[in-house]
Amino acid sequence: MTEDIIIELVDVRKAFGPKHVLKGVNLKIRRGESMVIVGGSGSGKSVTIKHMIGLLMPDTGNVFVDGEDVTRMSERELNKMRRKFGMLFQGGAMFDSLTVGENVGFALKEHTNLSRSEIEKTVKEKLAMVGLVGTENLKPAQLSGGMLKRAGLARAIAMDPEIILYDEPTTGLDPIMCDQINALIDSMQDKVGATAVTITHDMVSTNRIADRLAMLYQGEFIAVGTPDEVFADTRPEVAEFCYVGKVIRQTEGLTGR
Amino acid sequence: MGVIERFAAWIGEWVIWLASAYGKSAMFTLDVLKWTFRPPFKIRAVFEQMEEIGFNSIPVVSITALSTGGVLALQSFEGFKRFGAESMTGTVVALSMTRELGPVLTGLIVAGRAGSAMAAQLGTMKVTEQIDALYTLSANPIKYLIVPRFLAAIVMMPALAVLADSVGILGGAGIAVLKLDANPVLYMKMTFDFLQLNDIYSGLLKAMVFGAIIAVVCCFQGFYTAGGAEGVGKATTRAVVVSSIMILVSDYILTAFLFSGR
Repeated sequence: MTEDIIIELVDVRKAFGPKHVLKGVNLKIRRGESMVIVGGSGSGKSVTIKHMIGLLMPDTGNVFVDGEDVTRMSERELNKMRRKFGMLFQGGAMFDSLTVGENVGFALKEHTNLSRSEIEKTVKEKLAMVGLVGTENLKPAQLSGGMLKRAGLARAIAMDPEIILYDEPTTGLDPIMCDQINALIDSMQDKVGATAVTITHDMVSTNRIADRLAMLYQGEFIAVGTPDEVFADTRPEVAEFCYVGKVIRQTEGLTGR
Repeated sequence: MGVIERFAAWIGEWVIWLASAYGKSAMFTLDVLKWTFRPPFKIRAVFEQMEEIGFNSIPVVSITALSTGGVLALQSFEGFKRFGAESMTGTVVALSMTRELGPVLTGLIVAGRAGSAMAAQLGTMKVTEQIDALYTLSANPIKYLIVPRFLAAIVMMPALAVLADSVGILGGAGIAVLKLDANPVLYMKMTFDFLQLNDIYSGLLKAMVFGAIIAVVCCFQGFYTAGGAEGVGKATTRAVVVSSIMILVSDYILTAFLFSGR
């Protein structure tokens, strides 16, 4: 069986000064799947996804997106490659000099020939998807933390990307909002077949959205597989971290066995 | 590790740090220049920055130039009186303002006012991942954020220098006439008789160079901010200190090699 791999990290190493964050990371992400990356704080999760979109370049190793090596791309090729992506940042990373609507429509305005009214229509639609109807004319400073995150999500999906990177999408949201965001991540995958890569600590979210799970520990992936496979791992560093996830999975009757 | 090895390692680290710092800032400057000439051009953003850097600096620049022109008239009158050359006061005020104080003071004020704002804004954008977000939206932050500031600074600095020159000369004339009982007609004649176009041009060229220094240095500091709110504070301080020093040093270099009549 040949797998349809959309993102591949091959022996990626990255150090910041004396601190070696990634020590030979290998990971294959299949087209259309929802991959969740878990790991303790400072284990290099954000650094890992920033390599996928070319925000960081590895010291050694290669990153392939759709079979093309990101580390060898020119600036122009990188820009083209990045249009396949949407990325949700932890704090939303909304441009605070623009309105929410201008933020969401940013890529549409810059990279498409859509008319103003068409852009406005898409912006309204995307904002409605994240439950932020009528916020287009507000400035990001007028939104709460959770709203910023959802607005950031609207901006990430504005161009209907093939791959969406979620950096802690549910951290700091109330449980109801978490549920909505999880449902949204699920539906992005179901409706448009987008590949999702999510960083999270939230085991409820992991159970809900993960097709596969990868655990980052001390700069390497020590467990990769379906949630059932990873939760069955008895190595202490995996079992301890995933204990809560396992319990949730069992009580919700999600487990395959 | 012995003392000698440690010393060698220390020297090595220092050399590497120095080379990478210079390399990084040189690459950054080249990047800014490259994107300045590459379409599409963000005209609206340039005008917004011109308002921020230029128009909004008018009050501070005017007050500074007014008092500087005034104090210059007072001091040079006092000095010239000692050998009976009081009539030269207007000439000295005009030459000092146009050749030196107009551009330099404007530069220092704009570095403090607009330069610090550039570093703080870009630094905040950096630590809140807005700069990364621009990359992910296939938008180059240098083109979107830094080129407009760079262009606005090199256009508005000469304009502000013209303002400073004029207000300074007027301030000097005001003090001379009102406080020192100078003859207004004679004072103005002495002001303009010895003033050459070259004095004004050289000052404006300086102002333009200072504008470029402010934009590049302050944006660089903001763009490479690390470490949250504390990092933004440090970057802002460094931006103002480094750009002010560079303005003063480059002022000497420009004057010595380009504009000293000999």
